[in-house]
Amino acid sequence: MSYLKIDHAGKTFTSGSRSNVVLQDVRLDIAKGEFVSVIGHSGCGKSTLLNMIAGLTETTSGGIILEGREVNAPGPDRAVVFQNHSLLPWLTVYDNVKMGVQKVFGSTKSKAERHDWIMQNLDLVQMGHAAQKRPAELSGGMKQRVGIARALAMEPKILLLDEPFGALDALTRAHLQDAVMEIHARLGNTMIMITHDVDEAVLLADRIVMLTNGPAATVGEVLEVPLARPRDRIRLASHPDYVRAREAVLRFLYERHRFVEAAE
Amino acid sequence: MTVTALKRPAAAAAAPRPAATVHAIPRPRSAASARAARLGRAAAANVLPPVLVVAALLGLWQLLLAGGGAALPSPIEIWQQSGDLILEPFYVAGTQDIGLGWRVLTSLERVGIGFGLAAFVGIAVGAVIGQSAWLMRGVDPLFQVLRTVPPLAWLPISLAAFMDSRPSAIFVIFITAIWPVIINTAAGVRAIPQDYRNVAAVLRLSPLEFFWKIMVPAAAPYIFSGLRIGVGLAWLAIVAAEMLTGGVGIGFFIWDAWNSSMLTDIFVALLYIGATGFALDRLVAFIGTKVSRGTTV
Repeated sequence: MSYLKIDHAGKTFTSGSRSNVVLQDVRLDIAKGEFVSVIGHSGCGKSTLLNMIAGLTETTSGGIILEGREVNAPGPDRAVVFQNHSLLPWLTVYDNVKMGVQKVFGSTKSKAERHDWIMQNLDLVQMGHAAQKRPAELSGGMKQRVGIARALAMEPKILLLDEPFGALDALTRAHLQDAVMEIHARLGNTMIMITHDVDEAVLLADRIVMLTNGPAATVGEVLEVPLARPRDRIRLASHPDYVRAREAVLRFLYERHRFVEAAE
Repeated sequence: MTVTALKRPAAAAAAPRPAATVHAIPRPRSAASARAARLGRAAAANVLPPVLVVAALLGLWQLLLAGGGAALPSPIEIWQQSGDLILEPFYVAGTQDIGLGWRVLTSLERVGIGFGLAAFVGIAVGAVIGQSAWLMRGVDPLFQVLRTVPPLAWLPISLAAFMDSRPSAIFVIFITAIWPVIINTAAGVRAIPQDYRNVAAVLRLSPLEFFWKIMVPAAAPYIFSGLRIGVGLAWLAIVAAEMLTGGVGIGFFIWDAWNSSMLTDIFVALLYIGATGFALDRLVAFIGTKVSRGTTV
């Protein structure tokens, strides 16, 4: 069976007598260890879908099932890397990661083990050197690295990445994409990444889930990316499968976009 | 043109060698002395203006009232008649004849109890109210009205309720100081970014953990500006309350001095009150910057 099952899930926001259907009938099965990218135009409900998986937003119809149990509240088994890092500015990098570790491993690991685990995760994102710094002293890319370390340190079943690199410059973004690919290869986490960057989606994902335009967005198409790992962005740039996948996503986004506008 | 062209190589050739030997040795010494000079200059720039202004105002005061027959004492008269109160803050010569330092401490004790309670209850109530938009809307008008009630207006009510002057004075402090604490804490809690709430939700923090680990540090700048306003109001209120309730405090001292026509003592007491209020304000501000380090970023 699938690891994460999104079963006819939908989200309707209601305020007073007005209701706004954001997502409708989303169906998706994700296997353990799979890397899935979710792409769609801005405002289509990508982040809402991720928040539903995280449990931060309530699902109003259908359901989401992780390892046989329904998701209806947030929890550290679905750690989120937030779009704007969301590090607590009054804590050091180390303490930011420690907060989650304390919560998840407070009773199962000793103090020394927890310390090693925190440092191990910071080293994994190459931020061990900045353990005692505060978020304000770090660059945007470094903050996001710490955000990833914080999420990984909770040893989640699924790592949810909400457009994590959207606010970064292209070079930093490439570095972080490589870091995420390396972590995925080493730890084999199940990852779901929201993105609006076609190259990012193709480079990182095993499957790309394309959402239709809202309102009432749903899964329009799912594309398998048949590229072997480890992937190298330079060698892939001219690879026929890469080019074909990229083209398919672009075609979906732009033809579907036009189609929806014509239909309205 | 030709002059600059000639000069440049000459200077370049001459400059480096002596510069290396001359600069290398005196640099640390000159840096240390320069730092000392800079510190001295900064101190002079900060201390000199207030000293000069105070001296000028005292001089003006002396000039205006020195003629004799004035209703109020001049600075020199104050010094002559009540200088011992300044020089000896902690003497004890009887139950009612004690130094102003002791009186200030007595008042501070009341403020400490009343303000401590107000801070504790105010932060707790503010934290609860700030969580709920509905509650906030419900209580805000009430608080806005109550916070404008002058401290002394509460005194008859609290005297009637407690039948004793000591708890009444403390209650007046409490009720005066609590409003800005509640209002600011609630505003600070409402201003906690959704991101931090999401982090707390993913970590499944309990309400108590959320309070200590997210709410207090995130709202600390708001809470401390409320506490700072509160401690100022509390100090204002204690003096007024003690004038009416009696006892050993600095407020009662003023009233007592007025009744025994010791005008010069009152001026000295004002000096003590002002200095203490200033110290209280700075103390709360200092704790605030320590606690909320990093939060404002």
